[in-house]
Amino acid sequence: MRDVAVIGIGETQIGELWDQSLRELGIKAGLKAIRDAGVSGDEVDMLYVGNMSAGKLINQEHVAPLIADYAGLDDVPSVRVESGGASGGMALAEGYISVASGMDDIVVVGGAEKMTDVEDDQAKEILSSTADQEWETVFGATFDSLYAMMARYHMEEYGTTKEQLAQVAVKNHANAAKNPNAQYPREMPKKMVVNAPMVSEPLGMFDCAPLSDGAAAVVLCPAEMVDSYRGDPVKLAGVGHGSDHMAVHDRRNIGAMKATKMAAEKAFDRAELKPEDMDFAEVHDNYTISEIMAIEDLGFFDKGDGGPATERGDTELNSEISVNTSGGCKAKGQPVGATGINQAIEAVQQLRKDAGERQVEDARYGLTHNIGGTGASAVVHIFERWSE
Amino acid sequence: MTMPRYWREIRQRYKGVGVECGKCGRIYFPPREVCPHCRRKSYEKMEERELSGRGKVITYTQVHEPLPEMKPMKPYIMVIVEMEEDVRVTGNLVNVDYEDVEIGMDVDVELRRLGEESPEGIIYYGYKFIPVND
Ligand SMILES: [Zn+2]
Repeated sequence: MRDVAVIGIGETQIGELWDQSLRELGIKAGLKAIRDAGVSGDEVDMLYVGNMSAGKLINQEHVAPLIADYAGLDDVPSVRVESGGASGGMALAEGYISVASGMDDIVVVGGAEKMTDVEDDQAKEILSSTADQEWETVFGATFDSLYAMMARYHMEEYGTTKEQLAQVAVKNHANAAKNPNAQYPREMPKKMVVNAPMVSEPLGMFDCAPLSDGAAAVVLCPAEMVDSYRGDPVKLAGVGHGSDHMAVHDRRNIGAMKATKMAAEKAFDRAELKPEDMDFAEVHDNYTISEIMAIEDLGFFDKGDGGPATERGDTELNSEISVNTSGGCKAKGQPVGATGINQAIEAVQQLRKDAGERQVEDARYGLTHNIGGTGASAVVHIFERWSE
Repeated sequence: MTMPRYWREIRQRYKGVGVECGKCGRIYFPPREVCPHCRRKSYEKMEERELSGRGKVITYTQVHEPLPEMKPMKPYIMVIVEMEEDVRVTGNLVNVDYEDVEIGMDVDVELRRLGEESPEGIIYYGYKFIPVND
């Protein structure tokens, strides 16, 4: 296996982008990344596109060659990767494997989602289809309600409080306020989160990440080739996949995600690193409870200490471990299938020392964590500052 | 949910019929073709097994923003129940106020209307949970 580097990044604004189509978003992010890397279109060997549900959201399947074609890359083979909310991260893992294996040299990995062409409750219904349609959704379980039941279980089992959940939102909004690409770049008082109208108890409106439009892309190449390109490299040091039962009820501990643990263990093992080596992490905070579970399951805190750790400020910018410096899904925004690539971009910016006001001091190692559905799939990537 | 997919499992949905692994004796609901513990050794050894219908709530929520077809019921309660046979099931809990729901409470399954395909369409039925009143 060859070492792999990220040499280019590009992302669009995240938000309700009514005047931009999926193909426009995808092209914009892809071209930015290619320009940043300093590669030319004819050098690209392969394109992977993470996308959850273009078929249902914009009535267009087969989106990878569509984006490639309109980006002027019609000579580049492309494939779409789908794994619910982890589509972007899973696409990145495919890109990593392509380059590491020696099969391809220059690989572009994009993620794109257009969530707002349908009504809000339709978008939520489509998101809910990443849960078990026949044994969860048909009985009335929404996507929100499945995470709400994880939250309730976590509260009962570990004593996590609604205020601790709210603190995740407060912290991520504070980070987003320092991110020009965030959908909600402003602070949010804790009271507002705690007192928000209920979506699915105990989760209120501000415990949930928005559903957004957006696209992001990165360019990968073998580490041995980075000197041939202009892009400022960051090493992609390890990748791990994880899995679990599809339905939440089939998991022994509903307050933990086995898929996250498995993905993290594999990624740490391959990178020959440990959780305590990480300076920052972009974790999948589609709900506030998700971040609490993630920081435990990734090994940063003991099981049950995720809530108290958040309350102590141990996950704030430049604390014990800086979590979701970008603002996360919660405040940077959640273009579902692009999420994993948005996370990778934050990791690269941090390790290039390009993160501006939200820079993690002396950042050397960082991790990204992307979940599919309610946690039946997960993928973890570990990034490392480039050293000659 | 499309009808053919729904009717295929009608017996299980109506009556709570699961399967028992012929190798290790573990019970599953909904039915599975292979036991996740015994894997291929359990293939074609999974036997039908009716569940008692009794269980305990292990987690719950009240849904305020339902899927479109569930809107008339809003707000409603969802639970994950651990059945006596040590299998877990997701469902809607009725006949109780949200304030009175707690983890560990005893519930029973009951056949109820679940919804309909469209406003004029076929009504479909399945299980819901109700509290056990001693
Ligand atoms: Zn068995």
